[in-house]
Amino acid sequence: MKISPSKLISLLFFVFSGYYLYTAYQIQVFAFDENAPFNAKTFPIYLGFAGLVFSGLYIILPEANPTNVDLKVLDYKKTIGLTILMILYGLTILRVGYFLSTSIFLVASYIILGERKWIWIFILSFPFVAIFMYLLHGLLNIYLRDPFLKYIGIMG
Amino acid sequence: MIEGILIGLQTALSFKNLMMVMIGCFSGTIIGMLPGLGPMTAIALMIPITYGFDPSTGLILMAGVYYGAVFGGSTSSILINAPGVPGTVATSFDGYPMAQQGKAGKALAIAAYSSFAGGTISAIFLLIAAPSLSLVSLSFRSPDYFGLMILGLTAVAAFSSKGNFLKAMMMVVLGLMLASVGQDTLSDIPRFTFDNMNLSDGISFVLVVMATFAMSEALTIIFKANDPTKAAKQISLSQLGSIKLDKDETKKMVTTIPRSSVLGFIIGVLPGAGATIASFLAYGMERNFVNDEEKQKFGKGSVNGIAAPETANNAACSGSFVPLLTLGIPGSGTTAVMLGALLGFGIQPGPRLYQTNPEIFWSVIMSMYIGMVVLLILNLPLIPYIARVLAIPRTFLIPLILFFSLTGVYLMSFNNFDIYMMIGIAVVATILRLYDFPMPPLILAFVLGGLMEENLRRSLLISDGSWSFMWDRPLTIVIMLTIIFIVGWQIYKSFFKKKL
Repeated sequence: MKISPSKLISLLFFVFSGYYLYTAYQIQVFAFDENAPFNAKTFPIYLGFAGLVFSGLYIILPEANPTNVDLKVLDYKKTIGLTILMILYGLTILRVGYFLSTSIFLVASYIILGERKWIWIFILSFPFVAIFMYLLHGLLNIYLRDPFLKYIGIMG
Repeated sequence: MIEGILIGLQTALSFKNLMMVMIGCFSGTIIGMLPGLGPMTAIALMIPITYGFDPSTGLILMAGVYYGAVFGGSTSSILINAPGVPGTVATSFDGYPMAQQGKAGKALAIAAYSSFAGGTISAIFLLIAAPSLSLVSLSFRSPDYFGLMILGLTAVAAFSSKGNFLKAMMMVVLGLMLASVGQDTLSDIPRFTFDNMNLSDGISFVLVVMATFAMSEALTIIFKANDPTKAAKQISLSQLGSIKLDKDETKKMVTTIPRSSVLGFIIGVLPGAGATIASFLAYGMERNFVNDEEKQKFGKGSVNGIAAPETANNAACSGSFVPLLTLGIPGSGTTAVMLGALLGFGIQPGPRLYQTNPEIFWSVIMSMYIGMVVLLILNLPLIPYIARVLAIPRTFLIPLILFFSLTGVYLMSFNNFDIYMMIGIAVVATILRLYDFPMPPLILAFVLGGLMEENLRRSLLISDGSWSFMWDRPLTIVIMLTIIFIVGWQIYKSFFKKKL
């Protein structure tokens, strides 16, 4: 039996709704609130059921407008590359600091996407982030913790 | 009202706010021009910046971005037949053929004048309608609000579903589920936090908007191997032609603009409909109004064919502010983003906003008009130069969108947990987009989730746990019947209409 991707997503949503509903029932409410007309778990329980109903209906009923996607033309390599790069950015931003991690993130993402104009790659990374940081500090008074800039004595 | 208008003018005309309108219109035009990046992305990218300002200034900036994005969308529709936003698809029907005839400048001018006129007329409508509706809506009670929120959600789901109502409803439920994460507002009991401190305050609104729009749109462009700026590389400044209109063209616009403005405004007020529906309806209506000779020109570069959708989509933008400002219930994804931003400022839009924060209420309305003037005076002459932005290669564009999204979320919390969560939501949203699961219902539901639960809580407590509050009052019954009609019509359309 072949299942369409939209139905597969709905099936996953059905399972997710079931888990959500189970978790909603596990929410601990105060003893005096247990039999109240509305407590902390009432709304989530309704949502869990709503999720089950809508996804269940989509799975059962015939698809009105099936969405066809040609999976062969999708660019997995670059998308996954960028996603991994963003995760690495999340890993480094607190340790290395905003300036260095953001600049390196930009350089790497330009390269992943196939850009090879090195002057523009440089301008739109290190100087660009420096100007952006200056605007944040100077205009909006937003402090960005940066161990690297602190280490080299640029930021206090 | 006069006093309010003066307060609004005073606030909107301050140097800072005027600058914000200009920056908003300018940056909105640039972002809206890029195919695939609509007003929601434009506003989402601006939210972190607005938190550095007072609420009036923040909202004025976002309103400017909104109009700018709609205007920018029409530019790419006309020049490269790639509408930046769905609301300008109808503009491309006649705008692009006119541009191909070497009259791109003229098409852009018609679009700009129509947008200006539509926006101005509807700003006047808003000026009259909003205070009156505010007074009426003071009589609304919790069950009515609860009903209105469901109505807004089902309407947005119905209009954005492209025939897949159940998919849109799943997105509504997902948005509400995401909104339920964090401490319960009344009892402070943690829900779905899994003992993680980062989730105790719930999921940030900025995070969800950035993830589902800015970041997932950028990832979708890469995933589908689209180059939104490819066609723009062929644009030549010398090919745009004159922006001057002759007498006959002006005459045609004069008849089209008033009727399209009224239609656009009414459609904009309705929950869920918005600029896209307004522009298509105005285009269709105009085709029926003109004489047979003019009808033949539709699709081949008709002046009326450009003026009607452009007037209507701008009028609808102003109209969509009516339910937001008067009821506190956004009627579209874009105004939902604005509501989220307002809640972030600690301001609850609704009937009392008119009394409690008149400067915000009126300054937004006044800034809309100023925004229209800015678009006409600044953007129209600069369009040939702004259009060059379309030629920025995606190899630079996409990383910069990701940069602004990641920075925006990092600035809100200064922790990397939010970055990971944003990446996770963006990846899921990208897959969902691929299979036509619409995102606007998710955002609207996420924003309304807390308010909906609050109103349901009050309604159930007042009626002692009985669901009879849904048919106790005539107003609630009307709202509920409308919801039943929308849902019933969608089911009929999806499963029975084709088979008959």
